[in-house]
Amino acid sequence: MAVSLEAKRADQPFQFMAASYLIRIGAQPVQTLGDLAKSLRTCPQASIFYHTFQSLEAHHYTSFSSDFAQWALTACNEAALAEQLAIVDLREIVSLEDLRRILVDIVSDYLKEHPQAADRRAFEAFYFCEAKEVTVPSGSPAWTLPELSEGIRHLGHQSLHYHFINSRLRLQLQTNDFSYWIERNLNHPWLAARLNRIDFYNDTLDELRQDILRVLEPAESQ
Amino acid sequence: MSTTEVAKPVLPVLQDYAAIVGEPEILELRELARRLAGRRVKMVNSTAVGGGVAEILNRLVPLMEEVNVSTRWEVITGGEKFFHVTKAFHNALHGAPYEGAQDWFDAFLATNEDNRRRMQFDEDFIIIHDPQPVALIAERNSGPRRWVWRCHIDLSNPNPQVWDFLRPWVDRYDASLFSSPQFTRGLRIPQYLFYPTIDPLADKNRELEPQFVRGVLEQFHVDPARPILTQISRFDRLKDPVGVIRAYRLVKKYEDCQLVLAGGSATDDPEGAAVLQEVEQAAAGDPDIHILNLPPWSHVEINALQRGSTIVIQKSLKEGFGLTVSEALWKKKPVVASAVGGIPSQVIHKLTGMLVHSVEGTAYQIRFLLANPVFAKTLGENGHQHVKEHFLLTQNLRRYLVLFLVLLQGD
Repeated sequence: MAVSLEAKRADQPFQFMAASYLIRIGAQPVQTLGDLAKSLRTCPQASIFYHTFQSLEAHHYTSFSSDFAQWALTACNEAALAEQLAIVDLREIVSLEDLRRILVDIVSDYLKEHPQAADRRAFEAFYFCEAKEVTVPSGSPAWTLPELSEGIRHLGHQSLHYHFINSRLRLQLQTNDFSYWIERNLNHPWLAARLNRIDFYNDTLDELRQDILRVLEPAESQ
Repeated sequence: MSTTEVAKPVLPVLQDYAAIVGEPEILELRELARRLAGRRVKMVNSTAVGGGVAEILNRLVPLMEEVNVSTRWEVITGGEKFFHVTKAFHNALHGAPYEGAQDWFDAFLATNEDNRRRMQFDEDFIIIHDPQPVALIAERNSGPRRWVWRCHIDLSNPNPQVWDFLRPWVDRYDASLFSSPQFTRGLRIPQYLFYPTIDPLADKNRELEPQFVRGVLEQFHVDPARPILTQISRFDRLKDPVGVIRAYRLVKKYEDCQLVLAGGSATDDPEGAAVLQEVEQAAAGDPDIHILNLPPWSHVEINALQRGSTIVIQKSLKEGFGLTVSEALWKKKPVVASAVGGIPSQVIHKLTGMLVHSVEGTAYQIRFLLANPVFAKTLGENGHQHVKEHFLLTQNLRRYLVLFLVLLQGD
């Protein structure tokens, strides 16, 4: 007799984490696109992460979610470069070094085509920052899909971001913590894949939570 | 001279904020705090009333206590000369000329030393707010105590004479906290981003009945039927109240509006009375300019004035963060504010408010918003959401808890 997905119990539970971030500000601000290209090559990986993955959490009103793109647009008035930086799809990225290379190539190629833009002083400086992450286990572990949904309902914003967006780099599998657990522990790759197709780029975190629950809740009754 | 421990008023509890930020955020705050159970914190600043720092601490300290992170708030004391010197420091750190003599530095250090001798520093984390008590770091020894300097002011263009004097003291701390990346000075110690925050349940920000708002306007002889432009800030030249009057007069050529300039003076600001006099002279003869020098406990009245306003202005020349901007945004008010200090973190131009750079620009954007009320309403709605996500008290509590955990891990 088949066991419903709602009743199915995982071999290993899902452990929710409460994630919090402290933002450390770098010592040397960047004033030009030429300096940005140089700093992108040498800045800590944590800074690449902060200004791309982490900034997805912060921007609901600005044109682009990438801090680099937003700065190129608003401080350097280089809309074409901003667009190139913004369209890097973080869902395809599993390594910060890969992401660094992509960003460096975009800025370098642009400056080859537009050398006059390299030394033009920006309207305001760009400060490389990095996020210090603190995580602590939170709430009851989930053994079933309904328990996973319940836990997601009680996740704070930063923790939801940690499990659904930041997790892609931690796992290095182009997926999120929830999909990874569902696939490995409930053996439902179709549900995992469906969850992973949610477009987190255009959601606020509250909307993202609702999107996730909309995928999980019908599946529970199947 | 003795240090003053600040009395604790009756305040909302952490659970009261769940209705605003959501139950999950509160649960996670408690989880974080559990990791710090038994740890003790000392906060030190230079004034118990007036100004943004005292307001933040008044609300933050009780919440830290509630989650069992024992927190003691102490205020340094000093004579008239000390506060005269620190006001000159404040202005100089914002880029103004500094004309103090060597004995001013000596007086500054002597007052810090007097306070250091009288205070006990046996907590795990010592948070020193702003330059006034910065030299208390002289107490630091090689023990496990972590010392953090919280800078609330804009250090982007400091007078070098004053900054060069203060910097060696700052360099002795374990970490520094700034309200914006633009305020930092390339310190060798870690520099962390700490947005200041407002308390949505405080008298200054809580919901008010429309009848009460109307009553307050009428109490101050402000006509609720005509557009009301308001700037809330203490009477300080860096807030440019005279510039606000000039902008109002440019708007008044075309719109039958009123101006409210409401504020008070902090106990550490000896220039307040002189600035108030300048403002009164600039406003002389115009019955539609309402200058309200309010006592420091006028929180509900300020709340009502903001809620009753058509547009809120913050035309600062320099600014630490400008918490009055977040207060106005929280009340869904369209804001016209200078692009200085921490204001651009709160006002994203044309999305959560309008940024300006001059008296004329201020008048221009006020006229634009008065002529486009639907757009003005959208700015206010966006601004409210922006504050909810970044600038509420619960986020400040979270940042401090995370800071303490990071310091214990040894960043």
